[in-house]
Amino acid sequence: MAVEPLAGEQMRLTRRVRRRIGSIALQVGLLAGSFFMVMPFLWMLSTSLKLPKEIFKYPPIWIPTEIAWSNYKDTLTALPFDRFYLNSAIVSVSSTLIQVLAAALAAFAFARLRFKGRNPLFLLYLATLMIPFQVTMIPNFILISRVLDWYNTYQALIFPTSFSAFSVFLLRQFFVGLPMELDEAARMDGASTLRIWWQIILPLSGPALAALSIFSFLGSWNSFLWPLVVTTSNEMRTIPVGLSAFQGEHNTAWNLLMAGSVIALVPVLAVYMVGQNWFQRGITLSGMGGR
Amino acid sequence: MASDASPSRPPPRWRRWRADQQSEGYLFLLPSLAGFILFVLIPVVAALVLSLYEWSLLSPGEYVGLTNYLNLFRRDPTFFKALGNTLYFTVTIVPLQLAAGLAVALALNQAIKGLAVYRLIYFMPVVTTIVAGALVFQWIFNKDFGILSAVIWRINELTGIPVQPPDWLTDPAWARPAVVMLTLWKNVGFTMVIYLAGLQAIPVELYDAAEVDGATSWRRLLYITLPMISPTTFFLMVIQMIGAFQLFDEAFVMTRGGPAQATTTIVYYVYVNAFEYRRFGMASTVAWVLFAFIFAFTFLQNRMQHRWVHYETEDGR
Repeated sequence: MAVEPLAGEQMRLTRRVRRRIGSIALQVGLLAGSFFMVMPFLWMLSTSLKLPKEIFKYPPIWIPTEIAWSNYKDTLTALPFDRFYLNSAIVSVSSTLIQVLAAALAAFAFARLRFKGRNPLFLLYLATLMIPFQVTMIPNFILISRVLDWYNTYQALIFPTSFSAFSVFLLRQFFVGLPMELDEAARMDGASTLRIWWQIILPLSGPALAALSIFSFLGSWNSFLWPLVVTTSNEMRTIPVGLSAFQGEHNTAWNLLMAGSVIALVPVLAVYMVGQNWFQRGITLSGMGGR
Repeated sequence: MASDASPSRPPPRWRRWRADQQSEGYLFLLPSLAGFILFVLIPVVAALVLSLYEWSLLSPGEYVGLTNYLNLFRRDPTFFKALGNTLYFTVTIVPLQLAAGLAVALALNQAIKGLAVYRLIYFMPVVTTIVAGALVFQWIFNKDFGILSAVIWRINELTGIPVQPPDWLTDPAWARPAVVMLTLWKNVGFTMVIYLAGLQAIPVELYDAAEVDGATSWRRLLYITLPMISPTTFFLMVIQMIGAFQLFDEAFVMTRGGPAQATTTIVYYVYVNAFEYRRFGMASTVAWVLFAFIFAFTFLQNRMQHRWVHYETEDGR
């Protein structure tokens, strides 16, 4: 199409102007959204450093006139946060290890070994994918408290949530995609099945394993309902449940509650800041079922 | 399989192995399967059996047949309240979540300044413990001293418009939107990263071709981007809907299911039945009804997807 040079010039100009306006609008929108995302964190931090008299003040102030570090000391003495941390760490690490290890073994069997009943068993796993945790929660609670006598123990916090069909499904999808020739070649060289799993399949599945690890660790670290149901004393409480119990005791001491929230969030947010790409990739990969 | 081995000469090691796979398969499966049977399969069956009983853990349980189910639907106003609330949360949270996540993803899918910082910020609440998030939102929504009320008072002062902050968390009409806001804040980063992955998979050639044809950016969005990411939208819709149906943590920490049961969700009602009323049979019944709803909605969405989800290949993968 023949366009007059002048008209073409004008078109390019208006387009550039429109692009410019568009990108400014974009930045404004993103900034407004960021404010909405960050504001709760800032408000939490601000409140956690205020003296009680400055909390209930109108208009509210963002920067306390006197920084009350004592709030943190009071919070730490009011509740055994060190113990909550320890519990959360023990539970999340063991639960993630069990989850990933058991799922990697099972997924390998489903994806790369042939045995009788493989497909029906895999279907059984798949069938439970849609059943919400709340259905199995009550029998699990009875199993824990009545049958196994695990109520208020680490085992109760760790085991019932470590065997999700989802993680097996996720890894199986990944393992199926690796070429079968790898196994066959290794077998001809005399490698055992365990060795193939450990030295060929697992090293090739780094991204999937990392994704599942991050996904389960985060899920376990932030898990609330199950630890709420199976713990009763501060010795066994994880951070979310401990924080919730704290709320029950100090429901208007906002400076302390916010200090507690900050204490609960700092480690996760610090790790997240360092490895944000890993987090986002991990969540994306496992969120999309490994596709 | 085993027939590969010929009787006359022992087959080579790697061939003989095929026969061993039978037991090896189960060995590899064992740790997972043991846990799966004990903590998933048996509990699923047990939950079904429990839902036919009346049991407080103390006394021996009493078989009541379908009475729990009948009572739930015939004479349990709280259940209908919880069902209504859950549906309210689903129909508000899911579309808002998708729209907001897509908007942010579209904005971040371009070469703009500060991309990494924005990604960091929008995703931050996803890794945040929901209890801490709910606590700070409870404080933000505080009727007298919360920051939101202060903003409204300020508007009142500055403009003279006689607006007054509502009683947010103690007013049934406002408590539910407050919970919606909390979940939006918490999860929009998740929707964003999934959408970003979807957007980045769209071939650039499509946009180039459209640009040559003179399509405006609005039309490119409407006729290329939205159809191309519809599988992602479908996936997110299902995931978010299942999540919304299971809403509990937010309502437990921020409003304790109140005021006047305005934020009592189905899962909250499961919790209350089991761990406050000690009605474990009834709690199982409610949990199964929850499953039925999730199943029905997912099934419906799956049936309807061919009307609007665009797949590149024939088999729908």
